[in-house]
Amino acid sequence: MNGRRAAAPPWFLIGPGVIAVAFLVVPLIALLLQAPWESFASIISTPSAMDALRLSLVTSLIATAIAAVIGIPLAWLLAREILPGTRLIRALVIVPLLLPPVVSGVALLAAFGRRGSVGGFLFDTFGIQLPFTTTGVILAETFVAMPFLIITLEGAFRSFDRRFEDAAVTLGASPWTVFRRITIPLVGPSIIAGAALCWARALGEFGATITFAGNFPGVTQTMPLAVYTALESDRDIAIALSILLLAVSVAVLVALRGNYMRGAARS
Amino acid sequence: MSVSRVLLAWSLATAITVTPLVGAGAAGAAPGRPAAPQQVSGTVTVSAASSLTDVFPVIAAAFMKKYPGTNVKFNFGGSPALVEQINAGAPVDVLATASEPTMWKAVNAGRVNAPFPFAKNSMAIAMPPGNPAGITGLSDLSRPGVLVAVCAVAVPCGAATRDVLKLNSVVVKPVTLELDVRDVLGRVMADEVDAGIVYVTDVKAAGGKVTSVTIPPASNATTTYPIATVIGAPNAEAARAFVMYVRFTTSVQGILRAYGFARPW
Repeated sequence: MNGRRAAAPPWFLIGPGVIAVAFLVVPLIALLLQAPWESFASIISTPSAMDALRLSLVTSLIATAIAAVIGIPLAWLLAREILPGTRLIRALVIVPLLLPPVVSGVALLAAFGRRGSVGGFLFDTFGIQLPFTTTGVILAETFVAMPFLIITLEGAFRSFDRRFEDAAVTLGASPWTVFRRITIPLVGPSIIAGAALCWARALGEFGATITFAGNFPGVTQTMPLAVYTALESDRDIAIALSILLLAVSVAVLVALRGNYMRGAARS
Repeated sequence: MSVSRVLLAWSLATAITVTPLVGAGAAGAAPGRPAAPQQVSGTVTVSAASSLTDVFPVIAAAFMKKYPGTNVKFNFGGSPALVEQINAGAPVDVLATASEPTMWKAVNAGRVNAPFPFAKNSMAIAMPPGNPAGITGLSDLSRPGVLVAVCAVAVPCGAATRDVLKLNSVVVKPVTLELDVRDVLGRVMADEVDAGIVYVTDVKAAGGKVTSVTIPPASNATTTYPIATVIGAPNAEAARAFVMYVRFTTSVQGILRAYGFARPW
């Protein structure tokens, strides 16, 4: 026996770990095996598939941008425990992350539907209708995805060294300058990690979207809804669209990999 | 889409995952069991079109009274989704779809035995109580600003909706294409849309929660409901008994009439 032997990974972790990998990877491989490769190119280049992909990319990116603009400040406020009732607020803003998405959709209808508490006012006063619109899709995606950005960023804001901010303040920097020049660059990788998580969640959003925004091609039918709709008529189309969505997600994850890993490890 | 549908789809997906284990056990026990056609018992799992949501439990109650010891369980959903589940090996005994083309998909896949038609349905316009958009006929659905929910063409109610609009030369731009007629009805009842095209039986089932406009028979579309036993059904005898009961019992036709379904023959 020597010291190096003892460092070998224990069997009771390797076995379950291998099962976990197989469980997560097998369905993805099965999807690729069932793909209608001969007709793949023609399926994914149809106008309806392109519409769904464009809609998905546009709505998920806008949802991520909105989540960043309002979610990053909230994450900072929560990390600094500035707001009264920080613990309660933190718990509340994470609820959408735990809710079944279809429940989020029902909740959004209760709030922003045309008979909803907020939506009723918008509809009666301005004639604004959010359900069944692309704006409604963005709303649903933001609601479901923003908590991912908030919890990632809050962790980052908590763990970084506040003395940098203090030093900048003593050197006469304004709060805005400190936030822009010190705080944001220091949590940069976490912002990218949080935004990537948030975007991936928004891109995959299904339940809240179909419940709140409905399902119409070109307006509210994002890729996941197109996959679901295609399943009712043509399985090959559903599989091809799924693979396209999988490819887009993997491509972005690979592109962000370095940042994502560092950010995830930090938070 | 409705919450219940998601839950059902989820539970069925779980059931599919465990099927190989259950199936192996049943297959091992089968050869030793004597054929006893009159002895019907156990659970019958029925996958049925969502437009049968209200009437089938009533029929099932009568069936269970006639065959004590049986227990009918339902999986309601859009017909193509039910066929897809059965073609993928879902442990179901009986399939009842809302159209013949959807049933043929299961027949052609070799997953069900010869189907019997047992009911017929036609379309109606449903509006929220008070009819906020003042809908009086199909042509009102093409007015700008009127929010209309319909079924996607892939599901039977969508195919019938397409037929009825074509028959009346009305072009409608709906705001949502649902995959289950009960989701259209749900949107109408919740006042999310101004109108929805649903089955006449859905209007009846909704009671006072919707108002409606009937479509004259001459310009209406119909759909026929077939029922069949699933090949390799976990409870084949009870499955056969249930299908025969639905198809050949006079009182069942009475129940179907009471819920607004028409005779298919």
